[in-house]
Amino acid sequence: MAKSKDEVLAGLAQLVNDETGVPVESVVFGKSFADDLDIDSISMMTIVVNAEDEFGVKIPDDQVSELKTVDDAVNFIVSAQA
Amino acid sequence: MTTPTLNQSVGSPFTRILAVGAARGDLNVPNDDIVGPIESSDEWIRQRTGVITRKRASDAISAADLATDAAKEAIARAKVDPSELGAVIIATISNEVQTPSMAALVADRVGATPAAAYDISAACAGFCYGLAQADALIRAGAARYVLVIGAEKLSYLAKPTDRTISFLLGDGAGAVIVGPADEPGISASIWGSDGGKWDAVGMDSTNRDAIAAREGEFPTLRQDGQTVFRWAVWEMAKVAQQALDAAGITSDDLAAFIPHQANMRIINEFAKQLNVPDHVVIARDIETTGNTSAASIPLAMHRVLEEHPEVSGGYALTIGFGAGLVYAAQIVRLP
Repeated sequence: MAKSKDEVLAGLAQLVNDETGVPVESVVFGKSFADDLDIDSISMMTIVVNAEDEFGVKIPDDQVSELKTVDDAVNFIVSAQA
Repeated sequence: MTTPTLNQSVGSPFTRILAVGAARGDLNVPNDDIVGPIESSDEWIRQRTGVITRKRASDAISAADLATDAAKEAIARAKVDPSELGAVIIATISNEVQTPSMAALVADRVGATPAAAYDISAACAGFCYGLAQADALIRAGAARYVLVIGAEKLSYLAKPTDRTISFLLGDGAGAVIVGPADEPGISASIWGSDGGKWDAVGMDSTNRDAIAAREGEFPTLRQDGQTVFRWAVWEMAKVAQQALDAAGITSDDLAAFIPHQANMRIINEFAKQLNVPDHVVIARDIETTGNTSAASIPLAMHRVLEEHPEVSGGYALTIGFGAGLVYAAQIVRLP
């Protein structure tokens, strides 16, 4: 069953924490992965692959560079679930 | 009139690696020496790649020179007379000329003439492609002993201002002698390609463009790091598992895991995805050698055997992957 925006955010925050140690409470709307959360491109790809498993979606390679903020990622996952 | 039956060759049923040789560039190039043109830092490179310093060769030293040194060590350790070598295969992207091959030159330098000699272009998978060929040639009776070399001078394909791959690159050569064995020593190779990602790693321009421009820059290496990272970890973990399955063993049976030394982050995540047990020695030569493409697996194997002599005679999973994209994996019994 498709997850809500808040559920996707909570799940994504946990994946970010697992990969980088960034506290889950820091992963909120409005934050940039690179500039605010200091997540590099390799960690970002690990999070993407784990997010595909977690949410049952496909995130193509050429889409990953477009996911610059937490909002971008949550919105993409929510719409990809639909 | 009856047609006579042709003779077809048959070789040894089993093969193995008899010895390894290595030659690294003569210069230590720490991160601080290369961060200027990419406006980066030692910390940035360490965090993203695990590389602290890389080995590069002086201007006067070519990839063929490194290949010759590595081959001589492997030949001496294997106690094989060079005249017994039936084939010399060099995996490289660093040959300084389009033709002739680096292998013909090195075969002659080590005293293997008239062995069959050819280069293969399979980038970072090249050494494992070479092992697959050596195993097949010996079992088919096309050669009794085969010299397989991975040799690179990637410093001359590194653009100092490139931020995608240049800071990873090092120079070196690793060589093995493959020969007949009394029991299985090289498992079935799992190898293949994915040309749909042909552009993911490669050159930033073509030779044709460079020749047309006449005063233009020679093409240098570049990559789409994120695409390569995903493929190198999650797709290659599947290939590695297929290689274990084809060999009829599990990762518990390994003494060493020797993946292509692409990037420490790839090696660490790969080992995690493959659930490599704690007792398995994981090659991490990249830390002080850098990424030497086709040379990285035999160089790492040589170092693992020096630092962990207890793994000698045990099984190692070798897997190469890179530009093409292409890949190859097999289980080998370490010399």
